[in-house]
Amino acid sequence: MSAPLDASRRGFLKAAAGVSGGLVLGLTLPSAARRSWAAAPMAPDAINAFVKVDRSGTVTLVMHKSEMGQGVYTGLVQLLAEELEADLEHVRVETAPVAAVYNHPQFPLQFTGGSMSISSSWTGLRQAGAAARTMLVQAAARRWNVPVEECRAERSVVHGPGGRHAGFGELADDAAALPAPDPKSLRLKAPQEFTLIGKPIKRVEVREKVDGSGRFGLDVRLPGMLRAVLARPPTLGCSLKSMKQPAALAVRGVVGVIELDAGVAVVAQNTHAARKGRDALAVEWQAPAGAPFDTEALRAQYRSLAEQESQVVARNDGDVRTALADSAARRLEALYELPYLAHAPMEPLNCVADWRADRLDVYTGTQMQSPDRAAAAEVAGLPPEKVFIHTMLLGGGFGRRANPGADFVREAVELSRKLGKPVQVVWTREDDLHGGWYRPQWTNRLRAALGADGKPAGWYHTVVGQSIMTGTLMQGMVQKGIDPVSVEGAADLPYAVPNLRVDLHTTTAPVKVLWWRSVGHSNTAFAVESFIDECAAAAGTDPLDYRRSLLTDKHPRHRAVLEMLAQKSGWGTPLPAGRARGLALHESFGSVVGEVAEVSMENGLPRVHRVVAVIDCGIAVNPQMIAAQLESAVNYGLSAALYGEITFANGRAQQSNFDGYPVLRIHEAPVVEAHVVPSAADPSGVGEPGLPPIAPAVANAIFALTRQRVRRLPMIRAGRFSVA
Amino acid sequence: MQKLDINGKVHQVDVDPDTPLLWVLRDVLDMTGTKFGCGAALCGACTVHLDGVATRSCTLPVTAAVGRRITTIEGVGATRAGRAVQAAWIAEDVPQCGYCQSGQIMAATALLAKNPKPSDADIDGAMSGNLCRCGIYSRIRAAVHRAAEHGGESA
Ligand code: FES
Ligand code: FES
Repeated sequence: MSAPLDASRRGFLKAAAGVSGGLVLGLTLPSAARRSWAAAPMAPDAINAFVKVDRSGTVTLVMHKSEMGQGVYTGLVQLLAEELEADLEHVRVETAPVAAVYNHPQFPLQFTGGSMSISSSWTGLRQAGAAARTMLVQAAARRWNVPVEECRAERSVVHGPGGRHAGFGELADDAAALPAPDPKSLRLKAPQEFTLIGKPIKRVEVREKVDGSGRFGLDVRLPGMLRAVLARPPTLGCSLKSMKQPAALAVRGVVGVIELDAGVAVVAQNTHAARKGRDALAVEWQAPAGAPFDTEALRAQYRSLAEQESQVVARNDGDVRTALADSAARRLEALYELPYLAHAPMEPLNCVADWRADRLDVYTGTQMQSPDRAAAAEVAGLPPEKVFIHTMLLGGGFGRRANPGADFVREAVELSRKLGKPVQVVWTREDDLHGGWYRPQWTNRLRAALGADGKPAGWYHTVVGQSIMTGTLMQGMVQKGIDPVSVEGAADLPYAVPNLRVDLHTTTAPVKVLWWRSVGHSNTAFAVESFIDECAAAAGTDPLDYRRSLLTDKHPRHRAVLEMLAQKSGWGTPLPAGRARGLALHESFGSVVGEVAEVSMENGLPRVHRVVAVIDCGIAVNPQMIAAQLESAVNYGLSAALYGEITFANGRAQQSNFDGYPVLRIHEAPVVEAHVVPSAADPSGVGEPGLPPIAPAVANAIFALTRQRVRRLPMIRAGRFSVA
Repeated sequence: MQKLDINGKVHQVDVDPDTPLLWVLRDVLDMTGTKFGCGAALCGACTVHLDGVATRSCTLPVTAAVGRRITTIEGVGATRAGRAVQAAWIAEDVPQCGYCQSGQIMAATALLAKNPKPSDADIDGAMSGNLCRCGIYSRIRAAVHRAAEHGGESA
């Protein structure tokens, strides 16, 4: 299959010109979803469509989601081609421009995140495929003058009675002249009829990812394009006091030094010269008033807040105070602490802006096209319809490229406007790790009272940390002082506990925070799944049996995952000496994942050998991609659990590159065995749900091995462990 | 003026002698297949071959590459081992975001060129300098073994 991913302006014009013949179809969305975006203006041009069939028979899926490794191009091609009956060899992908039609059906935003790309496209893209197929089949039936019922499409060819057949390309013009069918009249396939959905289709853009031709944001090259790096504020909240340019300007290749909102840009002919120029720039910064920010001080503040009851209550069942005060009960209490984390995508942040008086082109790997366009338009002084966002391949996103504040776009646009030239702003790895927008630091206090049966009669979880959505364009999601992502995975505890309270202290700090793969769940799963393990140990019960005993009929998916996990992991069977298993189970993004980690100690440090992961994500659109995502999430989560933290001292981030912010390497990576619970339910999330269980699964295995609880991440903080 | 032999073709460039080869490839010659990940020899994204040996181009001054045979991801498919590795990478569907993959493929190709049947420990030794933030290491391992088995035949 060929999937040329030319998202450049030229590519778009070419693609748009190709539309002059053939079938172009707007996406049809389910009616309930349609209401939320119907009021938004539709994009004015013909690219406002998801499916194009041209005269050569090439089917183009105009891709409204960003490919960052999660396999979304492949998955969405499967959804479309399944109903269109298109031959995958003739399907290509073209990245979508910004237009309301590409917004998420429930949110007025064009973005990729929340593990929602498949679920939010599930009905609409299949309907779009079915509508196009219906029109092509009708066109053939008319041409042959036969009843439409006697014609059917298969692998991009319509077949009729008497061996008649015609390719999609031959029918495209006729089909385009027909009225689009009412989506409600279309019958979509039942799962047992699927021929592509459920198959391990290979990644559609694999070829350009093995021969170096794939174009990431950092690979964009425009005629006359300059490069820039920014001298950014080295500590939180400081501002520019003075700078001396001459030494920087003396560096060969440097063409200018320009002050921006975000820092001082050194502009050059190539990136190396820009970096050298930045090194030569003499900048003085003005520190903010007050004590410089320090994460140890923040930690102390969070610990004391965690002791206090909050009136911001996310869940309150029964009477937790009375339950916890029961002196006959076995009472447990623990604090779980998690650090700030950087996303550190393999491709450092970057953005190309090409500002002209009458239009702006922005080329970048982004997860948030519509907020980026709004911000770019504002900075450019142009109306949004004159701003064109070209989405490139993303060298990892993990949430960092989904910034409603559009930080990496704004600065590039500001610079290009001031220069009047196209420019690429390159973030060095140091810029990337120091550049703000981190996963929040969090503290959780958990308390439980176990009844005579060993089960929790009371469970009280206090979450302390910053809100991600407050002050952003998602502010509306914050209700009654509760940012839902702060308590996700805590307020929806699946275990049956009669007296349950979850409350929240939302803090403020000068650190800017952002979603990081699995968002709030990366915190709450560690706290909840570690603490339930502590409860099981206190009750003297096997941790898997304990969880099973607390899952009622209201949580059949959790139970099914747990059973499959028990079987696939060989739970309870002997292990080689010096190894132990730990378990965690967590629901996020509509999917339930259970993981069992097998851990030993090597020189007192945890070594994870094998992880068995079981997911219920509804219909498995592509089992191959799901397995890859589970492995990815486990390793990404394990890097964080073992090593990951961004700490601040004197207002400055202490980690600068992969030496201070280590990422798991090949010899440390466990074997990950992925299993999918068979399901006929609509698909749910895959990219993130594999992450939350890994840290607690490993921590619980460490307990099984050493009788020592790890309650603070990263685990290397605990020093060396000794096997019990 | 520096004369560079890249993928069998001679290129003349005129840059400061301390310019890392990486930025000559990416910014002067517009050969963007070789990636920037850390700039400090910590991640392997910028791996190229210098006379067949896997080398971090982000910390290699261009002058150190003069007179050497430079191979990049754009040219590695012309070698038998490179062809085998790329084919194995596709067969195992290795890449996720893909950003680290040029470096992974260059490291794997250099390994196989000198050790046609590497063990897991050999792979660890040769590949542990190449980070993959998408964490797709088991497929990398499987693809190296596959390339070793099939040699250059399966392309
Ligand atoms: S960019 Fe050269 S090793 Fe990371
Ligand atoms: S595939 Fe994304 S960093 Fe390796």
